[in-house]
Amino acid sequence: MQDSDAALVSLKGAGVQRAGRWLVRGVDLTVSPGEIVTLIGPNGAGKSMSAKMALGLIKPSEGTASRHSSTRIGYVPQKLSIDWTVPLTVQRFMRLTGEPSRFEAETALARTGISHLADAEMRHLSGGEFQRALLARAIARKPDLLVLDEPVQGVDFAGEIALYDLISDIRAELGCGILLISHDLHVVMAATDTVVCLNGHICCHGSPAAVADNPEYQKLFGGRAATALAIYEHQHDHVHLDDGRVRHLDGSVTDHCHPGDGHHHDAPKKADRCAG
Amino acid sequence: MAIITMRRRRQTAVLDDFFTRALLAGIGVALVAGPLGCFIVWRRLAYFGDTLSHAALLGVALGLLLQVDLTIAVFCVSAVVSLALLGLRRRASLSSDSLLGLLSHSALALGLVCLAFMTWVRVDLMSFLFGDILAVSMIDIAIIYGGGAVVLAGLIWIWRPLFAATVSRDLAEAEGFRPARAEVIFMLLMAAVIAIAMKIVGVLLITAMLIIPAATARRFARGPEHMAISAVLIGIASVVAGLFGSLEWDTPAGPSMVVAAFVFFLVALLPMGGRKESAVQRADR
Repeated sequence: MQDSDAALVSLKGAGVQRAGRWLVRGVDLTVSPGEIVTLIGPNGAGKSMSAKMALGLIKPSEGTASRHSSTRIGYVPQKLSIDWTVPLTVQRFMRLTGEPSRFEAETALARTGISHLADAEMRHLSGGEFQRALLARAIARKPDLLVLDEPVQGVDFAGEIALYDLISDIRAELGCGILLISHDLHVVMAATDTVVCLNGHICCHGSPAAVADNPEYQKLFGGRAATALAIYEHQHDHVHLDDGRVRHLDGSVTDHCHPGDGHHHDAPKKADRCAG
Repeated sequence: MAIITMRRRRQTAVLDDFFTRALLAGIGVALVAGPLGCFIVWRRLAYFGDTLSHAALLGVALGLLLQVDLTIAVFCVSAVVSLALLGLRRRASLSSDSLLGLLSHSALALGLVCLAFMTWVRVDLMSFLFGDILAVSMIDIAIIYGGGAVVLAGLIWIWRPLFAATVSRDLAEAEGFRPARAEVIFMLLMAAVIAIAMKIVGVLLITAMLIIPAATARRFARGPEHMAISAVLIGIASVVAGLFGSLEWDTPAGPSMVVAAFVFFLVALLPMGGRKESAVQRADR
């Protein structure tokens, strides 16, 4: 996190209280241009709530939330249900809050891989296609700040990686700040500059490597936590199956991943941690 | 029975002045009701609209009591009720349709009781309940078109933010719109339309003229703007068909227009070419 003067958005000691209960409290968070900040944490940890405070949708009960008034925001909300009575094609959805040129809209749809669905109605899209449309609309705005609340929910595994790559590309291209909320620990840990781990309060934050080593984080996420960082520090040439075995790119399944057998191209330093 | 039927007036001439005036007035209302009705359908405000229009009867009672122009009195009462409902809705305590139903019919009953108390005024109650389109004057038409133009201009002004907020309130607000303001303006526009349309179809049937053409338009609509324009055309067709039907079969004008709108809705339910085409498109994917 950088100096908050340069920040696009900053939360200072922000908390939300409803009916006498603190839903989230003591959130310090800044997003600077060109920075990807990722919020992780279990359900009900206050991730979406914090994002909404950052966006100005919820007024903090204590602490402050500040944004530059000129900041152009692109938002992918966690939930968006469109009533069936609303006739809304993907194309029209792209122009919901702004006026992107035809070229900008088409480019954004192409980059999220749904060019062929431009004339489809939003309510006919599958879960994954719908998320792609949400993301396309947000990036077509050429925002200064992208707020993505679980942007890849319902997207298949390969698509997930591609979309996270796209998000990094967008950051590089526009130099925008990105506030990302995600459950996909293993994917998130690589692409992000700062990780903020929430559990009703900030339990730890810092670089992905620092957070991964933090005992609070390991307690919160258990076994998955240990593997998350390691998986991402090498290239994705294998998938960890639920039963602990590993499926490699060539389709073979082994009990472990072996850094020495050629499956791991980079043979990264922490790769031994992903075994088993 | 105070509903004015055509046959009595038909004796003079078929395309008499009153009939032309009725057509003009009905078309004027349809022009405004179409786009506004779309938002009522999209935002699921049908019951909300019912409550508002039933409260209009209170406005009539109040207008007669204070001797102010009835259109203005109805607008003021509807505006107050709509803003109160909006406030309740924001506190999320107004989620159940039972509560709206309760308010809606209480408002209607209250209006009827108030009117009954005012024994010194002679009121043609049926004309308020079902409208009296055959009795519209040139001044009424001026009010319909003048007020309608204002409502349409207001709706065009808030169209983008209101539509964005209809899709997602959070999204609209996060990206720089002000949904709360758009919603308040929309409520005022709705109150204005109720005040304008009361004379044409009556408080019991206003919501029908708002909702049915919009619901019919949903069948063909390719986008929100397309749906609004289609709703206007279907509304105009309903008014024309209803009035001519009323002339032909000597039926009350207001209900006839609503019946015509309903018939169009039923016809639109029939399988058609356009419907098949979209099914094919879906199969292609």
